[in-house]
Order: sequence, then structure tokens, then C-alpha cells
Amino acid sequence: MSLLRVEALSKKFGGLNAVEDLSFDIQPGAVHSIIGPNGAGKTTLLNLLSGVYRPSAGRIGFGEHDLTGRAPHEFAAHGIARTFQNLQVFFNMSALENVMVGRHLHERCGIVSALLRSPRQSRAERACREEAAEIMRFVGLHNYLSAAADAMPYGALKRLEIARALATAPKLMLLDEPAAGLNPTEALELDDLIVRLSGRGVTVVLVEHNMRLVMGVSDHILVLDYGRKLAEGPAATVRNDPKVIEAYLGSAIAHDGSYGNAIASAVAVAVEMHR
Amino acid sequence: MSAQFLQFLLTGLTVGAIYALVALGFSIIFNASHVINFAQGEFVMIGGMATMSLTASGLPYLLAIPLAIAAAALVGLALEKFAVEPAQGASVVTLIIITIGASIFLRGLALVIWDKNLHPLKPFTGDTPIAIAGATILPQSLWVLGVALAIVLALSWFFGRTLLGKAMLATSHNRLAAQLIGINVRMVLFLSFGLSAALGAVAGILVAPITTTSFDVGVMLGLKGFAAAILGGLGSGVGAVVGGLVLGIVETMSAGYLSSAYKDAIAFVIILAVLFFMPSGLFGNRGGERV
Amino acid sequence: MLARLASPRTGGLLALAVVIVLLPLALSNSYFYDVAILVGLNAIVCIGLNLLIGYAGQISLGHAGFFGLGAYGSAILASRYGWPPLAAMLTTTLAVAALAFLVGRPILRLKGHYLAMATLGLGVIIFMVITTEDKVTGGPDGISVVPFRIGGFVLQGERIWYWVVGALLLVAVWLALNLIESPAGRALRALHSSEVGAEVVGINAANHKVMVFVISAVFASIAGSLAAHYSGFVTPGKVAFLHSIELVTMVVFGGMASTFGAVVGAAVLTTLPQLLAVLKDYEMMVFGAVMMGTMIFLPRGVVPSLARLIQTRRQKASNNGGEGGHEQGAGASHSCGDATGRDCHRPPTVAVLKPRQSDGGGGV
Repeated sequence: MSLLRVEALSKKFGGLNAVEDLSFDIQPGAVHSIIGPNGAGKTTLLNLLSGVYRPSAGRIGFGEHDLTGRAPHEFAAHGIARTFQNLQVFFNMSALENVMVGRHLHERCGIVSALLRSPRQSRAERACREEAAEIMRFVGLHNYLSAAADAMPYGALKRLEIARALATAPKLMLLDEPAAGLNPTEALELDDLIVRLSGRGVTVVLVEHNMRLVMGVSDHILVLDYGRKLAEGPAATVRNDPKVIEAYLGSAIAHDGSYGNAIASAVAVAVEMHR
Repeated sequence: MSAQFLQFLLTGLTVGAIYALVALGFSIIFNASHVINFAQGEFVMIGGMATMSLTASGLPYLLAIPLAIAAAALVGLALEKFAVEPAQGASVVTLIIITIGASIFLRGLALVIWDKNLHPLKPFTGDTPIAIAGATILPQSLWVLGVALAIVLALSWFFGRTLLGKAMLATSHNRLAAQLIGINVRMVLFLSFGLSAALGAVAGILVAPITTTSFDVGVMLGLKGFAAAILGGLGSGVGAVVGGLVLGIVETMSAGYLSSAYKDAIAFVIILAVLFFMPSGLFGNRGGERV
Repeated sequence: MLARLASPRTGGLLALAVVIVLLPLALSNSYFYDVAILVGLNAIVCIGLNLLIGYAGQISLGHAGFFGLGAYGSAILASRYGWPPLAAMLTTTLAVAALAFLVGRPILRLKGHYLAMATLGLGVIIFMVITTEDKVTGGPDGISVVPFRIGGFVLQGERIWYWVVGALLLVAVWLALNLIESPAGRALRALHSSEVGAEVVGINAANHKVMVFVISAVFASIAGSLAAHYSGFVTPGKVAFLHSIELVTMVVFGGMASTFGAVVGAAVLTTLPQLLAVLKDYEMMVFGAVMMGTMIFLPRGVVPSLARLIQTRRQKASNNGGEGGHEQGAGASHSCGDATGRDCHRPPTVAVLKPRQSDGGGGV
């Protein structure tokens, strides 16, 4: 049974169809990537899949639940977590507290016990702190355990968002351009992190421009263009799909079959340079 | 139409015209800076009080009024220069408190310069009520309506036909784009405070002969002008005028037909109702979803 | 043990307790006790208001309304209907909490200026109802209030009230600190920094905002009830818009997102008008100037600005560059998200090349 089922999903902004009639499934346990030229609707799609936007039409099914039109915190409660392209780190707290906030759904906290700071509350706080520290170590932030969020470098902040999302103990994690702004070394570490996330049982959906990362880590790729599904399938299929090549490079080259593989590689290089 | 209804309507329109002028002041500043200027009411007060002082010291209306308006405009410019500009880019709470602080400061200053008393102002052309179809209207009310109409027409010419006015409009639609085509947005902001202050002062001068003026007359007028601006849609000139007139009429009718005790509360109930059910007001733009 | 004492939280509470205990040595007559009690009552309101404004990032220009409802509720039930004062206060508090809950939901859907105006409208409407319904409330003249009694024990006189208010102030600070350091408190701070970031980790923004609104209303209401019994009468003056503004100024001046800052703000801005009584005529001007000056020059408020100053001095002295700031518990220094223009969405240490957040300083 697929983990996430998207049926005929659409999102309009005034006259603009940001996402149009999109249908696809996400299988549990795999790493999926969503790629496409700028403006293809990738971030809009992630916003729809995390409840930040309400769909104009279509359905979103997660497990046996219909999440269409629900609020973002309900999406989170059902097990979908996400990171943001424009960081939404809580800069008014420490790094550790950021991750502790991620544990919110798993903290039992009544108002009265919060106000009175019962011993059980104190113990729960300590446990929460330790869990958060463990998660930070897992994503490679052991050097920032006592850092303030506003004193961390960009690469670490991107990881912090991943740590915070992971703290919600999600079944599905949506990463919005996690490699944006990272240097090649950091991108490799991210590659490794995604594999480890997958190993931890989290289904990962990645929106990315970094083709090397995408091709290296994905089991399945979905290509969007102008809000519609252009192609989907395993990496090898997608990179050779003429429609995909056309979207990135233009039609004249795409339809000349003799260029085949050379074109596919050129696409990868061109997109990477473009980024 | 019964005489009583007509009476309420005329009074409501007069009061509404004042609210409209104050509301226009709010909208102009909001458009230029996204700041809600809580000190707007004090410009109204300055207009009335300054005119009162100047005429008391012997100046004729023809001199006193322009001087008073100029004084208010100067205060508006000073407010922008010394209180708003230093806080550029600050958060909403900060700006709100700054303008509230400014309004309290100005009121305190007025208290020092003048006093606590109510001061009458002579009506422009006498105070013999004019009879119209069973209702009466003060000559001053005709002044209020006439001048307000003239101002609204002048403003729409200014914003629609002159380069400066169009520059101000452009800034309100898209500040960055306006900057990119060479509009000095700082100057636009500066001038919008001056213009709003002048508008407020005119409103204060027009209404003072009817309601007397005092150091704290700006509080209620400011808040009600704001209610009118919100009702019409913050940032919309047409909205400010319509909102003002509607508020004036609703207020007067409710006081007349229902209860006069809660007359002042009408404006605030309207604020809450609009904000709960129709936050963009009658003519404001319905904000779309943005990420 | 010593380490715990050194933590800002316990240390602060202890320091406050010491001040409260030692202050009477400096208070030589009833007038000074009166001012101290006023400070204490304002501080209780400000602590609650600070949770709303400083931590949750909302705003209320109508909190004098809740204070007034607390005062008048207690006054009417205890004096006109002869209820035992404790029962009157508890009932009033529950009623105010219910009102805040009902009104809170629609009001807190608004943001920024609109939220400010809606709360202003609420406060003014409460004021007008109180002033107009003079058969119940005594109108502009107010009504007198019986002294507070529990069983046979009567609370009367400045000295007794000083200890009562002092103790309750400590309790209020303790409760607020507990809340801030709990998951709920973290959720509030997260909301303030990035509402969407908080929502996607499962925080129900609307619920949390209403919760803190209700808590702040309750603090204000209780302070109002106490004020009514202490002074022996209530008048609409304390319910007016100006009082709401004074309260907000105290919070903002003392330091947003700082419980002790709220206490300091209340202390300074309650005693200032008393000191300025000499300059009675200039009181309003000075107050307005203080409001403007603080927001322009010390936008973070007094206590956090001082804390930051001390922290930078300490860092320079011990040359502790490295890993950035460490946690400071409640009232931790923030570099964004409070009254400063700095928006919590953008990392301040990162180069300008990174993508800019498009919704800038629009939200608080």
C-alpha cells in the first residue's frame, strides 16, 4: 500500500495554475526526488503536501487518512515532516531548543503541569533534551549542541531544520532544496545523511536542483514542468526521457535521437552549472 | 422622508465628512509606509487649537487657517523625520508604540501650550441654522461638506494627474519598483506625513466651530477616523471617504433611533466587526495566499 | 546547589525575593508602601502581558479592559451582592477567562496592526460599557469596595497588602518562568519566530495563541480584583485606553520576552509619574517621549539590552569566541523577534547572498 497518494491535485493562484492535475504515489521506504525547472511548481507541491497550502482541487491521502484541506499541524500529527527552502529556523532559541520544539507532538504537556513544573514535567524535560541531542548527533551537529541558532553557519542551519523535522518522528520527510547553498563537501555529507535517514525507516521526498545528488540518492524521480507531471520513474529512465531533456534544454536537441546519452549527461551538467 | 430622518442624515453626513478627512490621512500614510499613525488625531487637534490661538491673538481667519495648517504639516514632517525614520524596518509593535508615544507626547505638549479647557471657535459664516425640508443645518456644516468635497476632488486630481501624486501612488503599490524607476521613496514618505497632517488639521478647523476644541479632542476623532479607514479598506482613498460617511451616518442614526449612550461605541463595534468578518474592508484588496 | 543558584531563573527569583523582603527598610511612610503595592500589581499584569507580547509575539492594546473587569467584577459581587471576596474574585476570574477564550479565537486570527486595533476596540468597548451602565457600575464615579477578608481575617492597610502583593508577585514570576521553560513555552517562542515553522512540527498556532491570551487576561483580572479591594474603590480610570498603553509600554520598556524585564518596566514606569508629580504638567510629554525614545534607541527593552551588554563584555573579557552563545534560561538574550526590526526568519550571521525571506517584518 502506498504511503502517500496524490490524486488530481491542483493549486491555483488567481489565474496561475501553479500545480495542475497532478497524480502520483509515494511508496514507503524509498527515496523519491521531485525535479523540474524553476517555476515548475515543486515548492508549491511541497507546501500542499505539508498542509501549508490548501488545494484548489484533488485529494491527498496518507495511509488510510484523507488529509485534503487539513491544517499543517494535522499533517505533522499524521507523520509528515518538512524542511524549508527559505530557512524557518527559530532564531530566538538555541539549536537544541529548536530540535526540542520538534518533539512537541510527543510531549505530554498540560497547562497546569507546565505552570507548576511538576517533577514529572522536569523529568520529561530532561528526556526531551537528551532525545534532541541524540538527533542532533545523528545528523552530524555534535559541534553545535550548546550553540545559539543565530550563531550557526548556513550549512549547519540546514541540517538543524532536518534535525527538527526528524524530531517529530515522521513517516514521511519532505526536504525542500536541502542542498541549496551547500558546497560540494557538504552536499556529499547530505547525500550520506539522506541514506541514513532512509535507513532509519523514514521515507524521504526531496525537491532538488543538484542533479548529482538526485541521481545518486533517488530510487524514484518525479519530473514537474509548469505544474504538471512531465515524467516519472527510476533515475535511468528519467534522465533519458526526451520530454525531460526538452524541458531543460529545448526541443531541437531533444528530438534528435543520435545524441542520446551525451545529451542526458549534458543535461545533468548544464543544470548543475545553472544552479 | 421624515424630517427627523433628514436631520439625522444631514448631521451624519457632516460628522462623516470629518471622519472621511481623518481616514484619508490614515490611508495616505499607510499607503506610503505601512505604518498606522496613531498620532493622526493629534493633527486634527493641532489644526483646531492653533487656529483658536491665532484668532484669539487677533489674526483673521484668512491668515490664521493657513498658518495653523502649516503648523500641523510641520509637526507631521517632524514626526516622520524624528520618530518614524529612525525606526525604519522595525517591527509592527515598535512602530505602533512609537506613534502612540508621539500622540501622547503631542497631547502633553498641547496641554502645556494651551490648557485643559474646551475652546469655541467662531463659525466661518455665522451660526443661524438654515431650514431644509423640516430639518435644520448649520452654515458651518455646509462648509464642512463643501470643503471636504473640494479636498477629495483636489486629492483625486493630485493622485491621478500630477507627477508627484502618481509617484506617491506608485510607492504605495510597490515600493521597490518605485525606487527602481527613480522615485525618492524617502521623500514620498516624508511628504505623505505632511499631507496627512494638513488633512487632519483641515478637519479639525472645520469641525471646531461645531463641537468646540480642546487638547484631547484628537483621541476620539483619531480612533473614529481609523475605524472609518478600516471600514472602507485600509489604503483605499475611496474606501476612506465611503467609510467615513457610512460611519458618520450609522453613528448618528443609532444615537437617534436606538441609544445615545453608546454612540461612541459604534465605531469600535464596527472595528471589531470589520476585522472579524471582512478584514480588508469594503474597498481594500483581498490579500491572496502567499508563502 | 550553587550552580542552580547561579542559573538566571533561580538566581532571579531569589534576587527578587530579597528585594521584596528588604525594600520596606527603605519605605518610610504609607505613601511609599502605596507606590510599591501599585508597582507590584502592575508587575503582575505586565508579566502576563509579556507572555503575550514578548514571547508569543502578539499584541494587546486593551488589557486594561481585563484588569477593569477583574476590578469591577470583584467590586460588584463583593460589595453589592455581599459575596465573600475570595469567591467573588474566583468567579470573576473564571468569567474573564471565559470571555478571553471566546473573544480570543477570532481576534488572534488577526496579525500586526489589525490585531492591535481589534484589541484596542475590545478594551474601549469594555470601558464604555462600564462607564455607561452606571446603575450597576456606578458610572464615572465608580463604587466603593469592601476590604478583602478570608474567614475572619481582614486584609487592610498598606503594610499587610505589601506582603500579600509581594508574595503573589513571586508566585506570578515563578508561574511565568515555569511556562516559558515548558514545551508550551517553547511552542510560543517558536510561534513568535516562525509561525509556519511551528505549525509544521505539529504546533496548533491558534490554540497556543488563545491559551496565552487567556493566561494574560487571568493575570490582569486577578491584579484588578486585588487592586479593587486594596484601594477600597473602583473607577473607570483604570480601565481606560491610556492604562492599556501604559501597560504595554511597561512591558516593552522593561524588555520583551523577559519576565524580570516586565517587573523592571512596571517598577520604573509606575514610579516615574510619581517622581514627575512635581512636573505634573509635563507628565504626559515625558511619558510620550519615554515611549518613543525607548522604541527608537533601546528597541529590545532595558533588561535584555543590559543583559546583552554584560554578555558581550564577558565574552570579550574571557575571549570565548568559538561556539556562539550559550543558553541563558528564561529571559535569554534574543537577537531577533522582539521589538527590534530584526525578523526571526533571516539568519543574521549569513552572507547577503542567501535567499531573502519575502514576508519581512510584517508579522510580529
